[in-house]
Order: sequence, then structure tokens, then C-alpha cells
Amino acid sequence: MLKEKIEVINLNFYYNNNHVLKNINLKIYEKRITALIGPSGCGKTTLLRCFNRMHDLYPDNRYEGKILLDGKNILDKDADLMKLRSKVGMVFQKPTPFPMSIFDNVAFGLKLKGIKGNELRDRVEKALKDAALWDEVKDRLDESALSLSGGQQQRLCIARTIAVEPDVILFDEPTSALDPISTAKVEELIVKLKENWTIIIVTHNLQQAARISDFTGFMYLGELIEFGSTKDMFIKPRNKLTEDYITGRFG
Amino acid sequence: MVEETILETKERKKAEKLEVVFKAIFGFSAITVGLIIPTVVFIVLLAESKLIIEKKGLIKFLLSQKWDPVSDEFGALPMIVGTLISTFISMLLATPIAIGISIFVVELAPRWLKEIIRQAIDLLGIIPSVIYGMWGFLVLAPFMATKVEPFIQRALINIPILNELTSGTSTGIDVLTTSLVLSIMIIPFMSSIVREAFEMVNPLVKESAYALGATKWEVITTVVIRSSIPGIAGGFIISLGRAIGETMAVAFLAGNRPEIPRSLLEPFTTITVALANQFTEADTELYLSALYALALILFITSFIMLLTAKIILYRLSRNGQI
Repeated sequence: MLKEKIEVINLNFYYNNNHVLKNINLKIYEKRITALIGPSGCGKTTLLRCFNRMHDLYPDNRYEGKILLDGKNILDKDADLMKLRSKVGMVFQKPTPFPMSIFDNVAFGLKLKGIKGNELRDRVEKALKDAALWDEVKDRLDESALSLSGGQQQRLCIARTIAVEPDVILFDEPTSALDPISTAKVEELIVKLKENWTIIIVTHNLQQAARISDFTGFMYLGELIEFGSTKDMFIKPRNKLTEDYITGRFG
Repeated sequence: MVEETILETKERKKAEKLEVVFKAIFGFSAITVGLIIPTVVFIVLLAESKLIIEKKGLIKFLLSQKWDPVSDEFGALPMIVGTLISTFISMLLATPIAIGISIFVVELAPRWLKEIIRQAIDLLGIIPSVIYGMWGFLVLAPFMATKVEPFIQRALINIPILNELTSGTSTGIDVLTTSLVLSIMIIPFMSSIVREAFEMVNPLVKESAYALGATKWEVITTVVIRSSIPGIAGGFIISLGRAIGETMAVAFLAGNRPEIPRSLLEPFTTITVALANQFTEADTELYLSALYALALILFITSFIMLLTAKIILYRLSRNGQI
């Protein structure tokens, strides 16, 4: 049973008058993992950052077209970005713990929403459990998040993101700064998160996309060249460019 | 081929010799500046202060309020209190303003205004202190005396404690004006260091906070400021050192009265001003020794403040607060 969560319609994005995303059309399905792949500079991260309008933090950007989240256009001028971002969470290419305790890191987004006391504690615990980090940190929640290892920090960032219970989680190359063992743990976690969340992941690592995603979009020079089920795309790509890319002829 | 290798070895030997020479020169400078000079200064101050401490006793020298060289009375308390009060008030004024300026420049101002403010504030920092002193004396003090201080007095007249703190005749030559000018002098230092700390905050960490639905203000007050605590502390320490040691501007504005001020509108004096004004007048050995002892107090106070700040920073970083 596939249900559409996000629909991108004729999306164009301009940065400093550069036409970075060209006429993107794409559907993201609920409780599935969608991977965006492509060579450096193809626009996959730019596209990802459209979904929570991260670009709006910087000047000289322009969107054209629509991105419908549950049927509502998030590119509307009067869209509430704070609300959007608590519905569409994001995990970055490097772990970005805040300089505060492990507990306060996970509580950060919850406190912004005004959640306090027992509820706060319960939801922090739940998020850490969901992120498969609870057993490793339950005895040292008051310690600095910076004392954790890189892989633990990244799972902490995931816990922080799911704590506010978004609908969609964006992953921007979440394992690019991690060692293979930590990478495996994070991947395993992402697959598990699929039960409750819609996930979009940008990755450089083709094996990663093949291993964990249900759908894959291949991007090249700002265009979405091919989109389809991961299985199909890796076994019999329809486009010559896609085939060249996934067989390693360029990248 | 053989010749070339020999040549190369010769040149290499020369380079190695040069390395040894430079190592010696740099090492010598580092040790001299870092260890020997402060130690020598400290020993000289200690030796010269011996006389007054033996004659009057350390406690009496530190706690006596009377400074009257003509009758051989040397109590350092008015200068110590004056230094601490003016430093404290100027830091109290400067710290929030410097942090505010940095927040504005780094996070809020449009790009073109950013650059202008940055340059203007750096310019404030290179103005020699004597100019601040003259400006304070000729421009600010009369303005304070006729406009600001009477206004403050009227506004606070019915509030206990605060009306005591602002009682007296408003002359403009007092604790308040001095602290104000001191704070103007240290704001550029503090804000440039704090600003740098703000600029160093990892943009990804800021984005992470935004990605959790935080507003700009929430990102600034939580993530940006917390990540910058070492920078803010560093700026605070450097400014503190400058405020304690500032002499020229304070000499213009303090009024040079060796008594503990009862209100912010009374003239006072500081250790530095007393030293600058009185060394040429010190006609007895005891007088001179008393001034050396004042200098020793300043030296030790600055040292303790720096040490405390470093310990606090170390504790914070060890506990992972920053």
C-alpha cells in the first residue's frame, strides 16, 4: 500500500541567479526510504534542503513550482517555516551535537515546543530508545554530548530529530563522516525508522542506496534523470546516464 | 652527480645550523618574555615594598583608609576599592553591550552594514587612551554633570539604596563618568573577540537548531552563545585586564581623591592613578615603598583574576559545558 507523502511539481530553484534545480517532478511515498544519488554538484543536497526550506536561512534564493506535503504547498509565501521544520526533520553529513548535555540535546526541540517535566523526560527516553542509543547513554545523560563517539553523536542527532516527532526525516549523507561499523549501525537504524517515518536520504554511497532504500532518484546537473524503485534502477536502469553512473563509469 | 650530492649536503648543513640558531633566539625570547621579565618585576616590587610592610604591617596597609603622605599615613584601601569598583561597573556596562553588538553584527545586520560597524568598532579600539581621557574630561563630564546625573538623581530619588548610590553633587568627575569611559574603551576589545567567537560557530550546528524548528532568536540564545562561551570568557579576561590597568583616561576623570567613594557621583582614585600621579612626589623612602606596594597589589590582583578566569574556563571545558 503506497501512499504519497510529498509531491514535487515542476520545481525550479535558483541560487544567486544560477539555475540549480531544473524542473524536478517527484513523488515521495509514506513510510518508505527514498534515496537521492548522483555525482557531486548534481543538486541532490540542494533538492533535499528544499523540503525543509533550509535555503531560506541564506539570501539570494528563489523557488518556482510546488512541493506538496500532505497536499499543502510548503513553498507558499506564508508557510510557517518553524512549523514546517518540526514536521520535516533533518540529520546532517557530520554529527552536530549542541554544546550541552546528552539529555539537553534531545530535549532541545521538545523544549522549544514548551514540553516540560515528566513528559519531557519520557519523550527524551523514548527518542533515545528509538535511536538505539538509550543503553549506551542512560547512565550519563548529564554528560556533555561532545564526549560521545562520532557514531554515537550521529545517533544522538537522529534521536534529537525524532524526539519532536516529525513526519519526514531528511538525511544528508549521514554516514559520510563515520567508520564502517558506525555506518552499519546508523544504516540499520534508518531502516528501522521506516516503520514510523518517511525518509529521504542523500548519499554518495551507491551500495548504501541499494542496501537501504525502496526508491531511488538519480540526479545529474540539476535534473532528475531517472526515478523508480531501487530494485529496478539498480538491475535495469532505463537511462544510459543512470547506467553509466551506477556501473561506475563516471562519478 | 657526485658533486651535486656534496653540494646538497653542504647546503643542508647550513640550513641545519641556521635552524639551531633560530631555535636558540626564539627560545631565548620566549623564556625571557614569558618567565624572566615577570619574575624580575615581581621580585623588584616585593623587595621595594618590604619597607612599608615592615613598618606598618601588611594588614594595616591593606585595610587602612587613610592615605596622607605628609603625615606618613599610608592606607591602600581607597585605591584598591576605587580600582575594583570602577572595573566592576565598567565591565557590567560593557559586557552586555559587547555581546549585543556581536550578535547584531554576526547574526542580524545586513551585509553592507556589518562591514561598516565592524570597521568602526575596530577603529574605536586603536584610539589612544589619553584621547578618551580628554574627551571624557572636556565633553562627557560637563554633559554628565549638567544633564545625565541630575536626571538620574531625580529618577532614583525615591528608590532606597539606589538613591544613596547616586547622592551628592553632580560634578561629572566621579565613579560613574570614569566607569562609562572605561566601558567605552573596552567594548571594542570585547566585542571583536566575542564577534570572532560567534563567527566560528559551526554553521551546521546552527542549521541543526533551525532544522528542529527554532527561531533565529532561539538559535542565538541557545546554540550560538553556548558555543561561544570560551570566546566570551576570553574577551572578558582581556577587557578586565585593560580596565584594571587603565591609567590615563582614569587620571582625567577620577578626581584623584584618595577616599572610598560613598556614592557613584563622588570623586575617587585608583591604584594606577595614584602611581602615575605620585611617583614624582615621593620624597621619602617610606612613601616610595608604599607606592611600590600599591604596584605589587595591582600585579597580584591582575594575576589572580587571570588565574581565576583560566581555572573557570578549564573547569567548563573539562565538564564539557563548552
